[in-house]
Amino acid sequence: MTQTFRLENGGLINRDKKLSFKFNGKTYYGYEGDTLASALIANGVHLVGRSFKYHRPRGFFGAGVDEPYAIVQLYRNNETEPNIKATEQELFEGLEAKSVNCWPSVNFDIGAINNFLKIFLPAGFYYKTFMWPKSFWYRVYEPFIRKAAGLGVASTKHDKERYEHKYEYCDLLIAGSGPSGLASAYAAAKNGARVILAEDKPRFGGSLLTNDVNIGNQSGEDWANSIIAELKEMPNVVVKNRSQVFGYYDHNMLVMSEKVSDHLPKTKKYHPKQRLWYIRAKEVLISSGSIERPLVFGNNDTPGVMLSSAAKEYLKVYGVLVGKNPLVFTNNDSGYETAIEFKKNGINPIILDSRINPQSEIINEAINLGINIKFSYVVVAAQGYKKVNSADIAKISDDKKQLGTVENIKCDCICVSGFWTPTIHLASQSGNKTKFKEEIDAFVPGTSKQNETTLGAANGIFTLEETLKDSFTAGQDLSKKITNNDNKISFPNVVEKKSSQHDKFWCVPLPEGKNYKRFLDFQNDVSVSDIEIALKEGYRSIEHVKRYTTLGMATDQGKTSNLNGLQLVSDIENKVVPAVGHTTFRPPYTPISIGAIVGREVGKHSKPTRKSPMHSWHEKNNAVFVDAGVWLRPRYYKQGNETLFEASKREAKNVRTNVGVCDVTTLGKIDIKGPDAAELLNRVYTNAWLKLPVGKARYGVMLREDGIVMDDGTTTRISENHYHMTTTTAQAANVLSHLEYYLQLVWPELNVNVVSTTEQWAGAAIAGPKSRQLLEKLFPNNDVSNEGLPFMGYMESDLFGVKARIFRISFSGELAYEVNVESDNGNFMWEKIIELGKEFQVQPYGTEALSTLRIEMGHVAGSELDGRTIPYDTSLDGLVSKKKDFIGKRSLNREAFTSEDRQKIVGVVPLDKKTSIPEGSHLVKDAKAPLPNKKLGHISASCWSVEHDNPFSLAILKDGKNMIGEKLFVMSPLKNKVIPVEIVSSHYVDPKGERVRS
Amino acid sequence: MLHIKCPYCGMRSQNEFSYGGDASVKRPELNKEISDQEWDSFVYNRKSLRGKHLELWQHLSGCRQWIKVERDTATHEIFNTYKADEEIS
Ligand SMILES: [Zn+2]
Repeated sequence: MTQTFRLENGGLINRDKKLSFKFNGKTYYGYEGDTLASALIANGVHLVGRSFKYHRPRGFFGAGVDEPYAIVQLYRNNETEPNIKATEQELFEGLEAKSVNCWPSVNFDIGAINNFLKIFLPAGFYYKTFMWPKSFWYRVYEPFIRKAAGLGVASTKHDKERYEHKYEYCDLLIAGSGPSGLASAYAAAKNGARVILAEDKPRFGGSLLTNDVNIGNQSGEDWANSIIAELKEMPNVVVKNRSQVFGYYDHNMLVMSEKVSDHLPKTKKYHPKQRLWYIRAKEVLISSGSIERPLVFGNNDTPGVMLSSAAKEYLKVYGVLVGKNPLVFTNNDSGYETAIEFKKNGINPIILDSRINPQSEIINEAINLGINIKFSYVVVAAQGYKKVNSADIAKISDDKKQLGTVENIKCDCICVSGFWTPTIHLASQSGNKTKFKEEIDAFVPGTSKQNETTLGAANGIFTLEETLKDSFTAGQDLSKKITNNDNKISFPNVVEKKSSQHDKFWCVPLPEGKNYKRFLDFQNDVSVSDIEIALKEGYRSIEHVKRYTTLGMATDQGKTSNLNGLQLVSDIENKVVPAVGHTTFRPPYTPISIGAIVGREVGKHSKPTRKSPMHSWHEKNNAVFVDAGVWLRPRYYKQGNETLFEASKREAKNVRTNVGVCDVTTLGKIDIKGPDAAELLNRVYTNAWLKLPVGKARYGVMLREDGIVMDDGTTTRISENHYHMTTTTAQAANVLSHLEYYLQLVWPELNVNVVSTTEQWAGAAIAGPKSRQLLEKLFPNNDVSNEGLPFMGYMESDLFGVKARIFRISFSGELAYEVNVESDNGNFMWEKIIELGKEFQVQPYGTEALSTLRIEMGHVAGSELDGRTIPYDTSLDGLVSKKKDFIGKRSLNREAFTSEDRQKIVGVVPLDKKTSIPEGSHLVKDAKAPLPNKKLGHISASCWSVEHDNPFSLAILKDGKNMIGEKLFVMSPLKNKVIPVEIVSSHYVDPKGERVRS
Repeated sequence: MLHIKCPYCGMRSQNEFSYGGDASVKRPELNKEISDQEWDSFVYNRKSLRGKHLELWQHLSGCRQWIKVERDTATHEIFNTYKADEEIS
């Protein structure tokens, strides 16, 4: 099929490069520089989808970001993307697209039956229809709605494309490259300001590409091209096309989405598909232009009814006719420009102008060209189902209330112009309280809220000369403030045709006996009668009317519908538009893909990965890793076909019988120095710290001010005024902030400095009855006997020429040590331990065995210190000093914290000594009690005790202190398990702590 | 995203900071007898003001200093920032 609606000449497309593409399975041709929309129209395709509610046929309404209809499912490089506007998607070789929202096909759509059952789908139809009976919702209504409604289909595949984020600072960010954007950018750039000029379309120039104007003896288009060419050469200017500034956030932070590769058949290697720019601008110039308003009449959603500015753009930019027998329906001079453009290309349009007898330069030109113009005429209704084939027209009385005799005239498209709506979204997002401008029947920005200035059509200025003057001045003045340069630019001579006043008329009354649907919102199918119903039902606030009728809530966010909706509400309510007010503009201005928002922070890039210096050793020795916060830690070291359970049991058992070594580099470490260091520790920890001697470690617990346990760990006194604190892996960052908070804000008189040294030290825990023998081999020159290095002792040493710190601390219930060396020597230390430990059957153990060992000795960890427990609950109350004050102490007097039956940690053993107990299960008295069964406590951690060779768990249990010996049930409805258990002491191994001191 | 002037480092993006709540809250002195009500007020009770608010922020990914920020909670306007020990007029 040939492009029968393509003109022989003209347009900005590249006719030398023909492209083939598929729409709904059929192959068509277009040119490089086309959008999918212009290429389809060139091929005479006007039916592209179905409407959301009534499944009425949908064509094209606009030519850009405001498009409410032409939304397609796009296929590109074996991927699919839903809800792409055909008016924005640039054509590329091999593009494939399909209609959405129609089933089984766009030509025969079962959902269109809704159109004839419209009595069931009035305003608020979601709220009314699907509410009752309740059981119908998930069985009948929801599956029906899911099938029939909704737009495109998201891909279920992993998105292999790459999306980038970029952070940028500039003096002036200019959104939109029409006349005001170009003029202000040029003036600011000449003053040496750092400028970013953003244009959402592929071509720069905005309205200059389609308007018949002359600047400095050049056409608008040539002037735009020369300015852009000059700007691109300037080092202080960034010029970006295909880039939409979609959000204006606090403190002049704007976000822009750049479509880097969407116009190509395939993203180039090392290129992103899209790039999101976070721009902090000193000044923001909003030159986003305006969008033409529709006129409202019967069946005004029929394919072939479109904005007159869009028809002109298809002609001038793409060389495409939207129809060969056009009718132009207008209330202002803009429609004439479109008609004149048709006429110049050999097409005979008819103009219907609602005005009585308007006079202007443009109208005279149309008259001189011999165009058929009917004043005081309106379109009553469009006729034709899948495409306009004629229009019912009538004369309208001067008061716009009475229609004359309705006559039918043939036409194949109706180009409508209801005047212009400034695009004020960005200004409004910045916090600018917009104001209603009577002369243009639309809102414009009011007083600037942030550093934003709105120019040109976006500011309700519709003459080129005034726009350019304002914009040169704004660009010059704002840049002068920043750069102190003052380059004057000579103002070019501007030639444009003068317009006359538009008609304050936008909605054609219904002819007698007819009940045509007159649409306001074209994507959500909201008609005049829907608004009327909502108001009759008592909705008054425009925000409520919007939500009840869904006006302006579609993916186009009402770019073409909001103002007409407001006009209607104010007409019915007998109010003026500003009293009704407009709904809130929120970012994004236009839909942004989730991929762009997420950027590169996906998969393993979603957070940093920290590895210990011994990581490659673990890898070489078959470690299976687990995420521990941002760290990767060995969970177990797999031997042969071992399972996790078998391996961790072997590793834990080896610690209890021989000796094991565990990488504890991830533990948080904080270096504390200063004459008041002991005083700080004494205030931060619950126990006493003032008398800890040099060379000794102590276990400590710290609370939040509300009495809840925050963290635990050991702190060692390295020298007189120097301490080494350890924290849990998870709380390391919080504890440092906590200390800094008290030192800087609460007790600045304390002379102490704290700094994180987590990454400076590599740590190895050596645990087991043979650990001392291994230590003697590692440090032959030191006395590591029980007397030389007693429990909780510390010494500094030398590990074959490497500086080392030795702590005698234990979290496994066994005789144990922790050795630290500087990170660079971590691997050296580790290999020495493995090498010299061979004769003592040393084995590395991972976090799973580490958990087993700590659970069966009843040492609490993160799963018990869960932000809900106080020292008593976790049996740490022995560490709470009665004598001194400390952070959180006062809260421990709270009634709930001191009650007799307060929860407490206990051990749990299944009666059959076999069944494993799922973590998170509940403890109940009677497994057969009716639901909801009263919960007495929960299982916080479970393991297979290697000491007793049976399952063992820790639990936080109500009145735990008096429950030892009781028989209860563990219930896990998730795992469908009921396990009879006995409550025992939480210290299941060596309850007197003799081993660690041996 | 807010743009906060750290008194030590200059203008920085909000994502370098962490919020620390009302800066006017004073921790009761250690070892001082205090009523349940007073303690309860200190630990839990905060006014959720609309308007000018003096608040704490920590320049976490910068100099790690806790600073005071005078900010309008409704408009997000920042009037001034201070070092922790700076006199506020
Ligand atoms: Zn700082």
